[in-house]
Amino acid sequence: MTAPTPIPTLDRRDVLAVLFPKPDDYLFISGLAGSARDTAGLTGDRANLFAMAGTMGAAVPMGLGLALSAPEARVAVITGDGEMLMNVGVLATVATLAPQNLSIVCIDNGCHGETGGQPGHTAMNTDLALMAKGAGLASTMTANTADDLAEGAKFLIEAAAPRLLVLRVTAGPPTAFVRNLDPAECRLRFRQATLSGG
Amino acid sequence: MSKPDKNDWPARLFDDLIEGGVTLFTHVPDSGNAKLIELANSHNQAQTVLLTSEEEGVAICAGADLVGKRAILCMQSSGVGNCPNFLSLVKGGRFPVLMMISMRGDYGEQNPWQYPMGQAVEPILHAMGVLTFRVDTADDLKPATNATLTAVFGGGHGAALILSQKFLGAKPFPKAAPAPKTP
Repeated sequence: MTAPTPIPTLDRRDVLAVLFPKPDDYLFISGLAGSARDTAGLTGDRANLFAMAGTMGAAVPMGLGLALSAPEARVAVITGDGEMLMNVGVLATVATLAPQNLSIVCIDNGCHGETGGQPGHTAMNTDLALMAKGAGLASTMTANTADDLAEGAKFLIEAAAPRLLVLRVTAGPPTAFVRNLDPAECRLRFRQATLSGG
Repeated sequence: MSKPDKNDWPARLFDDLIEGGVTLFTHVPDSGNAKLIELANSHNQAQTVLLTSEEEGVAICAGADLVGKRAILCMQSSGVGNCPNFLSLVKGGRFPVLMMISMRGDYGEQNPWQYPMGQAVEPILHAMGVLTFRVDTADDLKPATNATLTAVFGGGHGAALILSQKFLGAKPFPKAAPAPKTP
């Protein structure tokens, strides 16, 4: 018998600011839709974020490529439960390469928020942290409450990498933030900032 | 005669890729890229990444580019079918994604399952804005490699070096048992 899954209480619009009090210390890759809006809200859509608005499933492998190529930088991928499940095999790739500078934060609202809130697998029987543990990630954690979230902030700094933090959030709207949707512009600004050492 | 030297071409290709600044070798294993990946594994400037699905390699190449590093995605032709959505990064984001594709389902293929994707490789890549440079003979290899590297890192395109079965040789299959003789 497993314990019943706790009801999520976290509002997705509040969580990233607790986890990343100094967003300039990181290079961010975010997946599409709500994850992108929450992350753009956190960073002010600055050059240290490349946010997807398509290519569902690409956030974790892009973050992996970035982490392997910039070992001195701290890299955080912000994604959602639907996106993680679309390309869940990449967790094995991450575990094998084991970059010491990569954190993955999955905002798990248990539904496909962007397309009308249709229930997803994590609202049923699927546990992403367990899947990541099975893939071989060094550290995994699930946060359901504000207390958990404070622990999560420590986890992102102290736990062995690569690490996955699953944030179980209520099914409310993401941060209201209008970000740059031109991927070519966002690529160039990211490169200009990182390649000039700025 | 321009028959490829089976023992030699991966080393020449690897040297050209290293000289072109490629350091991250992402791949789904295939007999056509096995030696290249072995060479990358034993080179101190190179790192290999074993993928679970080819599309990961597209995104990893893009992530490397964000900090000015050069990566390649090595895969069999069937893997191209796993990539199109992520190739939006090439056409929309102008990420310079480099690929090496070892063909099945073209010249001399004996496995009928390989033909649909083999024949769709170039149409799919072209539809997603990826240029293709074919290698049919050993003499094609170096100029096609240079053309691919130039298109990607000089021209800012997605481009694929395509190693055909004319160049690689077709995978041999055992002959089917002969039909029983009717008395």
